[in-house]
Amino acid sequence: MNWFTQVFAIAAFNLRSLPQRKGAALSAAVGIAGVAAVLVGVLAIAQGFRHAMTKSGSPDTAIVLRSGADSEMTSNLSRDDARLISDAPGVARGSSGPLSSAELFVIIDLPKRSTGTSANVPLRGVGAAAFDVRGDITMVQGRRFELGKNEVIVGAGAARAFSGLDAGQSIKIGVNTWNIVGTFTAGGGLAESEIWTDAAVLQPAYHRPEGYQSVYAKLTSADTYDSFKDALTTNPQLKVKVSRLSDHYAEQSTLTSGFITTIGVFIASMMALGALFGALNTMYSAVSTRTNEIATLRALGFGSGPVVISVLTESLALALVGGLLGAGLAYLAFDGYQAATMNFQTFSQVTFAFSVTAPLVLTAVIGASILGIIGGLLPAIRAARLPIASALRESA
Amino acid sequence: MSNAALVQVQNVTKTFHRGSEDVPVLSGLDLMVNQGEFLALMGPSGSGKSTLLNLIGGLDRPTQGSVSIGGDRIDQLSDRELAAWRARHVGFVFQFYNLMPVLNAQRNVELPLLLTSLNKSERRQHAETALNVVGLSHRLKHYPRTLSGGEQQRVGIARAIVTDPTILLCDEPTGDLDRKSGDDILTLLQTLNKEQGKTIIMVTHDPHASARASRIVHLDKGQLSAQPA
Ligand SMILES: Nc1ncnc2c1ncn2[C@@H]1O[C@H](COP(=O)(O)OP(=O)(O)OP(=O)(O)O)[C@@H](O)[C@H]1O
Ligand SMILES: [Mg+2]
Repeated sequence: MNWFTQVFAIAAFNLRSLPQRKGAALSAAVGIAGVAAVLVGVLAIAQGFRHAMTKSGSPDTAIVLRSGADSEMTSNLSRDDARLISDAPGVARGSSGPLSSAELFVIIDLPKRSTGTSANVPLRGVGAAAFDVRGDITMVQGRRFELGKNEVIVGAGAARAFSGLDAGQSIKIGVNTWNIVGTFTAGGGLAESEIWTDAAVLQPAYHRPEGYQSVYAKLTSADTYDSFKDALTTNPQLKVKVSRLSDHYAEQSTLTSGFITTIGVFIASMMALGALFGALNTMYSAVSTRTNEIATLRALGFGSGPVVISVLTESLALALVGGLLGAGLAYLAFDGYQAATMNFQTFSQVTFAFSVTAPLVLTAVIGASILGIIGGLLPAIRAARLPIASALRESA
Repeated sequence: MSNAALVQVQNVTKTFHRGSEDVPVLSGLDLMVNQGEFLALMGPSGSGKSTLLNLIGGLDRPTQGSVSIGGDRIDQLSDRELAAWRARHVGFVFQFYNLMPVLNAQRNVELPLLLTSLNKSERRQHAETALNVVGLSHRLKHYPRTLSGGEQQRVGIARAIVTDPTILLCDEPTGDLDRKSGDDILTLLQTLNKEQGKTIIMVTHDPHASARASRIVHLDKGQLSAQPA
C-alpha cells in the first residue's frame, strides 16, 4: 500500500490542525528557539574570542619567554637576555637595527564603560621596533607615543570597552600621569585590548629598571623559525622558551574559549531540557486532542507507522521553525557585537566581536531537530499504540 | 462461499481487564449474518453491542472463539494485515460521525481512497459519486462544522461506502440525530441495502430504527437472542 501517501496525508492535516492549538505549538517552538539562540550566542562568543586571539599572531613572528613560563605574566627576562635574543640568527633587520621588541606589561584598573566597575587592562611597554614586529598596528586617531615620554596609545577595543581612554585624555596611576596621544587597531587582534607605551618609560615607573617579560621578534621568514629557536634554546647563556606568536596565542586562548564553550553548552543543555519537556507536552496534547482522529484514521485502515511518522514530522517541523528562529535572532542580535571578557591566562580583558558563522547556525538547527525528534517520539509511539476500540470509546 | 454466511462469529468470548478486575462482556456468542442482510443489533447499554461490532470490524480481537468474514479468519490476522483488511472490506459509520474537522466533505470522503491505488482524479470522482448517492452533491466543499448533524452523518456514510466495502458497520448511526434526520439516514441505509445489496449491521437502541432492518437480534448478558415474535 502507498505508505508515503498515508504519511503525507496524515502529516498534512496534522499540520493543518496546528492553528487550533497554536498556543502550545508556539510555546514549544519558542522554547526551542531559545535553546538555539543561547547555543548560537555562546558558541559565537567562544568563536569570536578564539578569533581575536589567533588573529593576533603571524607565523613569521616569534615570542620568547623564560623557560618554564606559561604566559608573559609569569615570565621575566633580563636586559642581557633581550640583547642576546635580538642578535640571534634569523631575526629580520630594519633601518635602525633588529626587528625585535623587548616588552613588559603591568595590569592597571580602569572603569568599564558598560558597568562602571573596574577591570584589568594591560599596559604594555614596548620597544621602538614593536610596530614593525607586529606589522598590523594602524593608528586610527592621533599619533604614536614618543620614546622617553609618559605617553600612551590605546587599542581600539580597550578604548571602546573602558571609559577615559580617548585621545587627549590622560590616565593617572599612583604618581604617574600618562597622556593618551592616539588610538590604534591591530587587525582585530589581541593588541587592540591593550594600552602601549615605551618600555623604557614603563620600567622605572614600576621599579623594574632591568626587567622585561618577553621579546617579540620578526623573523626574516616563517622558515627561519626553527634555526632561530635552535640558536636560542641551545645557547647556554639563555634559559628561554620560544614559540611562534600564532601558536602562543592559540594556546593562550584555549582555557578561556573552552570555559566559555563549557558554560554555554551547559546553559544550553539546561534550557534544552526545558524545551524538550515543552515539545513533549505539546506533542502529547497534540496526540491526545486528536485521539479520536487518529483512532478514526486507523479504523479506516491507516497503518500505525504513518501515524508515528506524521506526529514526528509535526514535531520536527515545529523544532525546525524554532531552531531557525533562534539562530536567526542570535545572528541579528549577536553577530559583530563587541564585547570584552577576561582571558584567564593573562588575567586581563580581551575585546572581541561575537562571530555567528554558518557552522554554528547549522549546529543549532541540528540541535533543535534532535530536540524535535526526541520530543515527538514518545507521543508518536503512544499515538500508534492506542488500542483503536478504546480510543474510539474515549472520544465519544 | 455461496451458501456459507458472510459473517461467522463462533463461540466468541470477550473479557476486558480493568486493573486486576476481569470484565466479561461476551461469553460463547455465535452470530451468522448472510450476504445482503440488514441486521439490527439491540440490547441494553453496556451489554456489549459496540464490542461485538468492533470484533466484526477488526478493531479488536476476541479473547476466545473465531470471527471470519467472507471466509477470512480476521482474528488471526496481524495488526498490519488487519488494517489493510479493514481498508478493503469494512465501512464504519459512527454515532458522532468522526469526520476530520480540517477537511471538507469531499476530502473526508476521499480519505479511505488514499489507501487504494486510485489516482487523484479517480479519488475525486469516486468521492463525488458517493456524496451524490447520499444526496450531498451540493455540499462538496463544505467543512463539517458548517453542516447539520444529518448532513455530517451522510458524509460519514459516503466515506463508509466510497471504497465499496464488503460490509457496513454502523454504531448507533442515528443516536445523535433528531427524529426527522434519523429517519432520512435510516432510509438511506435501507436504500443501500435494497438497491446496492450492501450487507449492513447496525447497532441501535431505537425500536423505530431497528424496524427498518431485515432482522433483529438482542444482546443481553453476553448472549444473543432473536427478536421475540
Ligand atoms: N476497552 C475496554 N476496557 C474495559 N472495559 C470495556 C472496554 N470496552 C468496553 N468495556 C466494557 O464492556 C462493556 C460493554 O461495552 P460496550 O461499549 O460494548 O457496550 P454497548 O452495548 O455498546 O453500550 P452502549 O449502548 O452504552 O453503547 C461495558 O461494561 C464497558 O464498560
Ligand atoms: Mg455502544
